[in-house]
Amino acid sequence: MEEYVLLMRLDILTKDAQPSPEQMQVYMKQYHDWVGGIAAQNRFVGGTGLSTEGKVFKANNIITDGPYAELKESLAGFITVKAMNFDEAAAFARTCPILHGVGNTVEIRKIVSVHEKGK
Amino acid sequence: MNHQELIPHLFRTEYRKIVSVLGKHFGFDQLETAEDIASDTFLTATQSWGLSGVPVNPTAWLYNVAKNKARNYLQRRNLFENKIAQELVNRIGETDSEVDLSPQNINDSQLQMMFSICHPALPTEAQIGLSLRILCGFGIEEIADAFLTNKETINKRLFRAKEKLREERIKIELPADAEIEERLETVLTTIYLLFNEGYYSVSQDKTHRKELCLEAMRLCTMLVENKSTNLPQVNALLSLMCFHASRFDARIDANGQLVLYEEQDINRWNPDLISKGGYFLNCASSGDKISRYHLEAGIAYWNTQKSDTKEKWENILQLYNRLLQIEYSPVAALNRTYALSKANGKEEAIAEAEKLELQDNHFYYVLLGELYSEIDTAKAKSHFAKALSLAKTSTVRQAIQRRMDKL
Repeated sequence: MEEYVLLMRLDILTKDAQPSPEQMQVYMKQYHDWVGGIAAQNRFVGGTGLSTEGKVFKANNIITDGPYAELKESLAGFITVKAMNFDEAAAFARTCPILHGVGNTVEIRKIVSVHEKGK
Repeated sequence: MNHQELIPHLFRTEYRKIVSVLGKHFGFDQLETAEDIASDTFLTATQSWGLSGVPVNPTAWLYNVAKNKARNYLQRRNLFENKIAQELVNRIGETDSEVDLSPQNINDSQLQMMFSICHPALPTEAQIGLSLRILCGFGIEEIADAFLTNKETINKRLFRAKEKLREERIKIELPADAEIEERLETVLTTIYLLFNEGYYSVSQDKTHRKELCLEAMRLCTMLVENKSTNLPQVNALLSLMCFHASRFDARIDANGQLVLYEEQDINRWNPDLISKGGYFLNCASSGDKISRYHLEAGIAYWNTQKSDTKEKWENILQLYNRLLQIEYSPVAALNRTYALSKANGKEEAIAEAEKLELQDNHFYYVLLGELYSEIDTAKAKSHFAKALSLAKTSTVRQAIQRRMDKL
């Protein structure tokens, strides 16, 4: 079994782009049902949502506010999944509910050095 | 109560106290001696009470006899060591020959015994076996029944477990405060397994199974009553067991047959246990950590609400979503999918069920049969038939058959 990280990026800063509390509730349910579905297949490894605050460190001791390197590409959360191969992990990514939003992305990356824990 | 009823009752409540105190006094090296003295105390009681009647304070009587027997044993041992090895002379008196059976020491010894028996060095089966023997006063035959095996296997298992306790030089003591949370996990797992052994066991003996559940709840109550172990996850486990136990009488009929949740008579649910469950769930909600027991207690709470509301199923679904992230189990995955069908509709649940890869599990086919039941009767039938062919016990087969007949 391989492990993949699914990085979920969306604009979590622009005021106009933020959902209303009611919408937020709907989104959260969709998100939890999606993660729950992965966990029900025993493919969930770990991961979580992230706060909207943060700082970005750059070369020459430059520090900027915000959880983003580029606007609209803030990392909103990540989860790690188990999958037989890339295609299977991609199937999880494709069904991620944040993709209902235009401009949002899910990036999928294989973890290269997974420690072999007796499976 | 005459002595014939009283002694088995006292055995259940007092045996473990005497063994814990003596075991603590002697150390694991002589755990068998502690067990022998405790058993012997009850034998003496049977003989003496039969002849001259039950004493005014039977418990105090038992403690006194146990104390005397322990004193005699320690004196004999000291004498023996003195005679065969003169150089041990200055060790005499090292072990206090007076055994302390005060309520405080009884309580402390039992808690310490619980942590020692649930030491991570022991395999789970041995932990449960020893817990049943020493903390619940079960006979070897009763333990064998609970594990669906024979006395010989249990004897061997307990023997090896005690050997291991000695080899690893495990002390009968509470872990340091910093370690308590970590060690508590094994203790809670053992208690929960003990409970499940009674709740889900295929044994036909209903009284016996109920006793296993009550013992598990009693051990958990001891942890709640002790300051250093009265933690949120302990309260959550106790709450969970109260909620489950509230349906104990309703879920098994007079013939020992399993009654499915939907078919249960709500009037047979125990309201006291339901309200106790609510109380401990409340106590569990201090602190900021959510354990699997919190989530399972939450699910169990919603299951005490029989009405099929949207709110109920949405809550159950979200609790399962989180539970599965903490700890996957096939049962939780199946139950989550059922909740999904109630909250989000059957089509979505069928699509999710097909991804589960639990084709060797008969409950998987029960679930599919259930999901197809109002959509495609032929498909539902074939799934129930598949479940029927995989089911291992007649109780479950009969329940599936009854469900099929209703299609």
